Amino acid sequence: MKTKMILSAAALALASATSTSAMEDSSDPIVIPIHNWSSQIVMSHVVGQILESLGNNVEFVTTDSQAVYESVRLGDVALELEVWEGAFGASFREALSKGGLHDAGDHNAVTREDWWYPMWTKDACPGLPSWEALNDCAHLFATAETGDEGLFLDGPVDWLKHGKERAEALGLNYVVKNAGSAAALWAHIGAAEADKTPVLVFNWTPNFAEAVWPGEFVEFPAWEDGCDTDPSKGPNPNALHDCGNPATGYLKKAAWDGMPEKWPHAYEMLTKISFTNAQIAEMAKLVDIDEMEPEEAAEVWLEENQDVWKTWLPEGSS
Amino acid sequence: MAYVTLNSHYSKTALTRMGMPRWLLIAAVAICATQSFLPNFMIRLPESWIPPSAQILDYFFNEIVINTLHFNELTRWFAEGPLDFMLGFTANLLEGKHRWPFLDDPLPWSAIAAVATVLGYYLGGWRMALLGGGTFVWTALMGQWKITMQTLSVLAVAAPLGFLIGLVAGIVAWKWKWFDNAIKPVLAVMQTLPFYTYLLPAVIFFKVGPTAGAIATTIYATPPMILMTTVGLKKVSPEIVEAGKMSGCTRWQMLTRVFIPSARSEILVGVNQVIMLCLAMVVLTAFIGMPGLGGKLLAMMNSFKLGRSLEIGITIVLIAIMLDQMSKAWVVKLPAHFEKGTPWHIRNKYLLFAIGAFILFLVSAQFIDILNEVGRRQSLSIGREIDGAIKGFLNIDIVKSITGFLRYVLNVWILVPFRDFLLWIPVSAFLLLVVAFAWSVGGRRPAAYAAVFFTLVAFSGWWDRSIITLYSVLAAVFISMLVGIPLGIYASRSEKWAKRTLLVCDTAQTFPSFIYLLPAIMLFGITDTTVVLSIVIFTTVPLARYTIEGLRNVPSELTEAADMSGATRWQKLVKVQLPVALPTMAVGFNQAIMFAFFMVIIAAFIGTQDLGQELQRTLAGTDLGKNFVLGINVSLMALTFDLAIISWANKRKEALGL
Repeated sequence: MKTKMILSAAALALASATSTSAMEDSSDPIVIPIHNWSSQIVMSHVVGQILESLGNNVEFVTTDSQAVYESVRLGDVALELEVWEGAFGASFREALSKGGLHDAGDHNAVTREDWWYPMWTKDACPGLPSWEALNDCAHLFATAETGDEGLFLDGPVDWLKHGKERAEALGLNYVVKNAGSAAALWAHIGAAEADKTPVLVFNWTPNFAEAVWPGEFVEFPAWEDGCDTDPSKGPNPNALHDCGNPATGYLKKAAWDGMPEKWPHAYEMLTKISFTNAQIAEMAKLVDIDEMEPEEAAEVWLEENQDVWKTWLPEGSS
Repeated sequence: MAYVTLNSHYSKTALTRMGMPRWLLIAAVAICATQSFLPNFMIRLPESWIPPSAQILDYFFNEIVINTLHFNELTRWFAEGPLDFMLGFTANLLEGKHRWPFLDDPLPWSAIAAVATVLGYYLGGWRMALLGGGTFVWTALMGQWKITMQTLSVLAVAAPLGFLIGLVAGIVAWKWKWFDNAIKPVLAVMQTLPFYTYLLPAVIFFKVGPTAGAIATTIYATPPMILMTTVGLKKVSPEIVEAGKMSGCTRWQMLTRVFIPSARSEILVGVNQVIMLCLAMVVLTAFIGMPGLGGKLLAMMNSFKLGRSLEIGITIVLIAIMLDQMSKAWVVKLPAHFEKGTPWHIRNKYLLFAIGAFILFLVSAQFIDILNEVGRRQSLSIGREIDGAIKGFLNIDIVKSITGFLRYVLNVWILVPFRDFLLWIPVSAFLLLVVAFAWSVGGRRPAAYAAVFFTLVAFSGWWDRSIITLYSVLAAVFISMLVGIPLGIYASRSEKWAKRTLLVCDTAQTFPSFIYLLPAIMLFGITDTTVVLSIVIFTTVPLARYTIEGLRNVPSELTEAADMSGATRWQKLVKVQLPVALPTMAVGFNQAIMFAFFMVIIAAFIGTQDLGQELQRTLAGTDLGKNFVLGINVSLMALTFDLAIISWANKRKEALGL
């Protein structure tokens, strides 16, 4: 409640400040898409509440995180706050080539997505995190169905990962299976937790799972540009995908092409927005660990981080 | 005795029909046995034979529908104009969204719960009142009020829309035979098309958000309304029609005063179906912007909160059961007739009572905060405790060793070999097998359809994935027969158990299947066992339900005759009850297959290698054409079974004189 009051006071101050500028934001609602993971939901509410404090009309809509780029392109939603290089890069680039949306700048966060294991796995296979230890430990990751080979549980197919290709390129003695959803990955880890069974799954950071199950990424041969297109890159001269994923992937914002014209102030702020890994983890924690509702978590975050978000406000409004 | 002669007559016709399927079967086995000598195209169609259907469809969507006909402008106008207005109106009332009429506060939960209680009492006495009020009280106390109202605000538009479209289309289909003929196949495809295939078109044509959610829900929920309306109108007896004509009704009066009131029961069954199917879509439409419970559920699952997912699931089930029971009570409740001169306030006493309760709570909510809104901190949610309980249960040694054993046996000895066997069969032999099945079950027409449909599947270029899909369906339906039919037989022995089992069936059917996917994975890993067993939960329901219904509706003369001739319980069951109940059970079997095709696509969330997985992949690239080809494959396979089994059930019913 308190935050709301601060915000509305800010809004009053803003109303007088912004009325002098030439262009006004349209009163049509700015539609912000929300997906099904906590940090993105809270971040969307944080940005939404700031926009509301600037006098904008904001609406949220739940969508699929891949199909959303088509909606940004069509202008049905105005922006997207979390474009992960690894998971959504392909959909984003495809929409970019069709036209209608553009890159609205990077967050000050790095993302990493790769083969990962919870800490207890290391007790059984002390050679980790080096990938070269994987073959010797393959039997630890075997299941009833995989025989002698280990099981690596990759992300859903629509994230367009190349686990299978990598296992082949590096001669890993592993069966690569695709989970159907992020939830399926968590269930797999959750089932292994009680007995401390070693598991190898696809995971990423920043992510709530880090707080629930401490763990590490497997260190594969470092990413080189072209590892996915040029066989000569990476340790295996005859294969693609023989490197780890980039350890410092981007986290972008995307905006509809019509946004700068329709909501110039909101757009200006969007380009300035930049969250760090720590802030994203904090937002996820408020919901996942402290069990707040996303709206509530956003209020708390805004209250505690005023010095961060106030610098994003458009010129002449702070 | 009558039955026995009927049966022998029936089996004679069946025998003469057996000729052709038997030859097909022999041919199929011959192809399988000699496959190493056969040309490759008989085993798998070569790539070069596969027509570029996805590209053609893409061209059709992009160039013709969108760029030439500008069809999207019409749908967009509808979505952003009237539809958005209606959704905004209900959303403002129920959850305070900033739309017309711009009321500052949404309706307080206590007022809505009070109205539901009065309505429940009016429709079905105290029990229904408790169900109606209790559902809303639970929702508020669990801290889910706002998201529930977001969901209901869309359903409050989608369900009436489905009702209206269904009623009008049903009347048109009843008036004009050609329309009936034209619409039937469209409805059949619509009902079997996997939801992934609706997703992208709904987003492109109707704008992501509640509008796309409402449209996808309506499309999914309307078909049974159309069918039930037509059925009801066709059944109106000629005497009533005569009476209407004699009293000089105009055509409009005939329709509104004679036909529709006489078809009231069927139309209301249609309404019930619309409501239930709307609720089935609550979670799935969250992918395209449906607000509320579904989106929240997915978010909870993705942060591995089993307990709170479960609570949301319970809310959805409660709402479904409440609406189901109320609409069914409404079907049974005949319109009350009052003596002339009864004062208005007595005739409408329930209405007045509901308004009174509504105003009472509306006013008191202004003074007592808790009646207006239950905050998250005040709510009684025990998500974390449930999490602990579920994890604890899954960790009990006996549970683990049983599931570990089941997983091993099912996967390694049964499911995977069965899948590999189906994949080993050459395409040509598979076609013959399917046709032989359809022929022996349904006759010539279904066999012809089977041939055409599976040939199309073969030419879609997704044969292996289609077969893997089919494999999960067949395995799941087989296992659920082993469970569902004995359960149904047992439950049908007493009224009390039949009722209890049906209640469990209702619950299982409306419980969002996503929720049990997670514990299933924890028990059985990401394996075929998990996929098949999560389908089984869903498909056992119709099998048990229709077995109960079939057995309980066996004419009592037949069972009495069996008793008098000294049949044992077993003999009575096997020789009398089951044969008579079989056509009804076949309908359940058919529904189980349809459910399995629906669920197998959802099981893609576990991790599969079938059409569902490929459909999931199309979301990333927004390939409309490929998406549609994959969806149609599911539809074609489902329809092959549907046509064959329904045809069998109808013939059998006729032969039995039911």
